[in-house]
Amino acid sequence: MLELVILALVVLGFIGFLTARRRVVAMAAESGVHSHSLPAYHGTFVALWVGLPALLLALAWLLLQDSVIDYLILAGLPEHITAGLDDARRSLVISEIRSIANGQVFGDPRPELVAAAARLKTWGSLAGWAMVATCAALGLLGLLLTRQRVHPDFRARHGVERILDVLMIACAVVAIVTTLGIVASLLFEAFRFFERIPLGEFLFGLNWEPQIAIRADQVAGHGAFGAVPVFLGTLLVAFIAMTFAVPVGLLAAIYLAQYSGPRLRTTVKPLLEILAGIPTVVYGFFAVLTVAPAMRAFGAAIGLDVAPNSALAAGGVMGIMIIPFISSLSDDALNAVPRSLRDGSYAMGATKAETIRQVLLPAALPGIMGGVLLALSRAIGETMIVVMAAGLIAKMTVNPLDSVTTVTVQIVTLLIGDTEFDNPKTLAAFALGLVLFLTTLGLNVIALRIVQKYREKYD
Amino acid sequence: MVAGSATGRPAGDANDEPEGTQAMSEVEVLEAVKPESSPATRGGPNLSATTAPRARVVARDVHVYYGETHALKGIDLDIHKNEVVSFIGPSGCGKSTFLRCINRMNDVIEGCRVTGEITLDGQDIYARELDVVQLRARVGMVFQKPNPFPKSIYDNVAYGPRIHGLAGSKDVLDGIVEGSLKRAGLWNEVKDRLKEPGTGLSGGQQQRLCIARAIAVNPEVILMDEPCSALDPIATARIEELIDELRENFTIVIVTHSMQQAARVSQRTAFFHLGNLVEWGETEQIFTMPNDERTQGYITGRFG
Ligand SMILES: Nc1ncnc2c1ncn2[C@@H]1O[C@H](COP(=O)(O)OP(=O)(O)O)[C@@H](O)[C@H]1O
Ligand SMILES: [Mg+2]
Repeated sequence: MLELVILALVVLGFIGFLTARRRVVAMAAESGVHSHSLPAYHGTFVALWVGLPALLLALAWLLLQDSVIDYLILAGLPEHITAGLDDARRSLVISEIRSIANGQVFGDPRPELVAAAARLKTWGSLAGWAMVATCAALGLLGLLLTRQRVHPDFRARHGVERILDVLMIACAVVAIVTTLGIVASLLFEAFRFFERIPLGEFLFGLNWEPQIAIRADQVAGHGAFGAVPVFLGTLLVAFIAMTFAVPVGLLAAIYLAQYSGPRLRTTVKPLLEILAGIPTVVYGFFAVLTVAPAMRAFGAAIGLDVAPNSALAAGGVMGIMIIPFISSLSDDALNAVPRSLRDGSYAMGATKAETIRQVLLPAALPGIMGGVLLALSRAIGETMIVVMAAGLIAKMTVNPLDSVTTVTVQIVTLLIGDTEFDNPKTLAAFALGLVLFLTTLGLNVIALRIVQKYREKYD
Repeated sequence: MVAGSATGRPAGDANDEPEGTQAMSEVEVLEAVKPESSPATRGGPNLSATTAPRARVVARDVHVYYGETHALKGIDLDIHKNEVVSFIGPSGCGKSTFLRCINRMNDVIEGCRVTGEITLDGQDIYARELDVVQLRARVGMVFQKPNPFPKSIYDNVAYGPRIHGLAGSKDVLDGIVEGSLKRAGLWNEVKDRLKEPGTGLSGGQQQRLCIARAIAVNPEVILMDEPCSALDPIATARIEELIDELRENFTIVIVTHSMQQAARVSQRTAFFHLGNLVEWGETEQIFTMPNDERTQGYITGRFG
């Protein structure tokens, strides 16, 4: 049905555009005055007023249609079917009616429900046509009303501008509202978690055993929700990743920015950026199937005991993943240092390495720091690699050869399998998510601040 | 047209050039300077003066190419000790290019090729065995836009002495920094804020800081590429004064777009046009009675 609405609006809008354009040209020629706006602006103005309100109405209609029909169907059911049912049971009844209407009949449905399904079908198509008619009417109304305003003196140019303004603000609001919604749900669920488990225990407890029983017949632990070992694991893995990625990425950036010829640069830089495009799950199985066994074998050869899910394997592979972030942003930062500074240093008789160390790096440092912080927040929030390559058991250790777990891994395991949204086990995922979100948000804000401040300095 | 401050006698004198007489009195050995035939367009009488033993930088038949572009087409020019030479000419005529030949800053430009011979005190600066890093310590440069490093005022001036290992101790370095800032006429303004970033100074102060930075390594020649073009008239006057003072100890080459500035600060002037050195000689002669009609046209504002 929506496609019919769109078709109708496009046709109407097109007619509106053409007639308005023709009309203003004719009016201007007739009265001999110069039109304030170009004829196309008059056309666009009319077309926008035809299309936008009706389209919005159609979207709202689609959003509400089902719940309204459901409500009416339920209300129309005989007493004995709905009597004494709670909300969950009611929605079950509705789904049964819907599947009957879709032709999926299981067993022998009650005749009342079959009748309701037939009603549902008619109402559905009726509502669809009603929507098409209403929207088309609204479009037509828009066409007629705005056509009245077409006149050489009418400032259609500003009118169009205002409509576009509103449109863009609306898009921005959608993005912001979505983000706020996510944060709000995170906050809400985390709050429910902290109603059951004290905040102090979560933040400072040293024991993490969240797999408590959800059903009575499950065998499980008593549960302990001290998140310190989990965060320690995240920090350890992220630290390993950074020790790996920062020197490699930075040196690669310096090489690209200062030593490589233009031809090498134009091939190597995109290649490095391909690294950033590899799906993290691919890194994950690289870590599990290649890196971890190799480390274990190497450790065995030199007499070290390396866990199969060592933090080193996960962190190392994660380091490879974030190299392009660091190298790409550092390269940009180095290139953004004005050429005049480089020339100034060369003209003082400094060598290339001296110039890089004493002038370029200090000048590019804020940009490089920004890149490093962004990479760090990436590393902390990274999920797939650690789910595959890190351990599941929280341990209080900073030994890179041991197995650790991370916040993201725990969130995944808490939400896999049985979930119940008033059980601390499930709610713990939200608490972890909230802390993780606040950490990466903080890092990103600091990073962007630094990068911004640095931009101002040279522009 | 010409400001009265320009020094030197009118070149229109029927007598010999002043340079000629001075040449006789000096006892330095004349070497590395081949006598050149003088094209008619060039200031003929001046050229004989160029072979004077005072010549510090001597350029012979210098061509510069940027890829396919032939930017300089055979430049012959001498720059004398303790004098200010100004380069004038329309934009794009190759003034900066020639300036960069003297400290080999063209080396860092991709696709730039220099042929011909340039000597500094008789030493070929394009010779294979020459150390560019040391050459640039002997030939300092001040750029069009002040470009202090994002470091403190002190560190800016100390940059050169540090990388060239000129100061054995902190005291010596302090002395060099203070002396350079004094010579650049900036000491009184910054002596209480040496630790503050050099980028926080005003444009004119930044440019003087760059001059202090350049003279901190005690170069023989200072190249200045339109050093005042980004400055206001007061800061410009300050720099011009400074150039006049520095002449005592350094040889200075300055590119300028201001005819008045060339007349005020320089003893000799070279006029470039489309990659050629059209004419050069005493500043006053260039401005009062140029030999070439292109020079005439430029200084009277008919083109450029
Ligand atoms: N880095 C460069 N790459 C290519 N061409 C250049 C470069 N620098 C200068 N040129 C060219 O060389 C010529 C002389 O330039 P330049 O020496 O900067 O002139 P001026 O300083 O007299 O204005 C110009 O035609 C310019 O386009
Ligand atoms: Mg120039």
